[in-house]
Amino acid sequence: MVKRKLVPYLLALPGWSWLALFFVAPIAGMLALSLTTGDVITGFRQTFHVANYVDAIATYWEQISRSLLYGGSATVVCLLLGFPMAYWIAFRGGKHKSTYLLLILLPFFVSFVLRTISWKFTLSDNGVVLGTLKSIGLAPDDLAVLNSAPAVVLGLAYNFLPFMVLPIYAVLERMDPRLVEAAYDLYATRTQAFLRVILPIALPGVFAGGLMTFIPTSADYVNASVLGGTHNTMVGNIIRTEYLVNNAYPTAAAITFTLMGLLLLGIFSYARALGTERVMEVQAR
Amino acid sequence: MSTDTAHPVRPDTTPRAAPAARPRRRIDWGKYFTWAVLAWLFVPITFMIAFSFNDVSGRHNVRWEGFTLRWYGQAFAYRDLTEALLYSLAIALLTMLIAGIIGSLLGLALGRHRFHGKNSTNVVMFAAISAPEVVIGAALLSLFLLAGVKAGFVTIVIAHVMFTVSFVAITVRARVITLDPKLEEAARDLGAGPWTTFRLVTLPMLTPAIMAGGLLAFALSIDDYIITSFVSGEVTTFPLWIWGSTRVGIPPQVNVMGTLIFVVGVLLAVVNVIVARRRR
Repeated sequence: MVKRKLVPYLLALPGWSWLALFFVAPIAGMLALSLTTGDVITGFRQTFHVANYVDAIATYWEQISRSLLYGGSATVVCLLLGFPMAYWIAFRGGKHKSTYLLLILLPFFVSFVLRTISWKFTLSDNGVVLGTLKSIGLAPDDLAVLNSAPAVVLGLAYNFLPFMVLPIYAVLERMDPRLVEAAYDLYATRTQAFLRVILPIALPGVFAGGLMTFIPTSADYVNASVLGGTHNTMVGNIIRTEYLVNNAYPTAAAITFTLMGLLLLGIFSYARALGTERVMEVQAR
Repeated sequence: MSTDTAHPVRPDTTPRAAPAARPRRRIDWGKYFTWAVLAWLFVPITFMIAFSFNDVSGRHNVRWEGFTLRWYGQAFAYRDLTEALLYSLAIALLTMLIAGIIGSLLGLALGRHRFHGKNSTNVVMFAAISAPEVVIGAALLSLFLLAGVKAGFVTIVIAHVMFTVSFVAITVRARVITLDPKLEEAARDLGAGPWTTFRLVTLPMLTPAIMAGGLLAFALSIDDYIITSFVSGEVTTFPLWIWGSTRVGIPPQVNVMGTLIFVVGVLLAVVNVIVARRRR
């Protein structure tokens, strides 16, 4: 009987320890590192130097707020594009629903980096699109799309659109269409039926999709590097540079922790409102 | 005078007339919208595939010079690129194997059993899935720095298993929850021990979910750039090689490999859809 009780622990042990060792412990390690002082040559000593955070936030406030702004904008773009799509596929997709979902996912069989670079190539000043438009006189010669904030936001939206569409689709697809019929039977207009029946049901999906888009987009640095040029760097670029180029580990760790704190605040307020399992269920679909 | 009788008549006629008129008049804007967004999604992919056939000389594959199949014949001309692709494949296979096994076990425990720490495991998995890649990469690098571990092949595999294992666990757990416990009871009633029941009844029913989880782990691993860039050390994977060559020019071979990976992925997905449809 005692042996029986051990079964779940034995099953969970390998996965659990992997997560503990390589997810929980690293975060604790990063916290420790963020409070040290020193440099690569003399070594880092634990001094509980909280000022690292103050310095990091003060220095990189611009990039932090820009990241939240770009991530937020990309999330809004994804919602505006993704909601009508998810809605149409769920209610009008008929027997081709899975084909449409597959079509949304197909571009993602191309590597993330390659996809983003492909956008850069597509949108470059004298590239396939702008070059053609310029040569036939449909666009001014000095028109440039790359190296701008909209290019980064659209690149982010492009790369993370399925994360918005799928959770919304998942909740709408399970919705009983008779509810909408009932609303019409009770004399609801189309707007009322949408606002008071469909939207409340879709909301958990919108929340989950919003989280799953906002978190990776606001922390991304690939789109900012490839499409944003030098004036649109995000906090991810800073973290990468501080860790891998400048080897300024305490600053890098402090800035990463700040970003994580800001995002965690969002995650847990959502998770509290919706219940962790519910959000994860939607995510898993 | 007759408001009392007229009132119930009106609502009876209007809503019934409306649905009949609706489908004839309305243009299906949703359809055009969906197709327009889908077209947008395919723009860079189309260019990537087209330029794998571009008859360009040198590494700067930016202008259309004419059609050629040459690059498919010389797909492996860049030795370090081929090596990077092989590294990516090896890492993805190892990740699929390790994350597939330990993730499935974890999913089984979470779906079937009650145990202490179940909730905290759920929270950690949720956090591991939601945490941005930069944070995961930076945290792992911090740990490796503090522990004095040299980054390389092993650290990449460790990182990839870490960020894919929760996806496998969730996929398997979702399947475990839907299993009918009566089937296992029946096996036990017929004299099967717990191990035999698991091997002959539970495991076959879980196989599709385990396969799906493993393939997901493979796909996430082979595509990963951000986390890998933190923990790669001297090793260069396929996405890292592409990133590194943006300045010196991306040769058409990259387009060829991207196209081939895309085609294999599409074929797998299509087969999957067909198989799923047949089963119904």
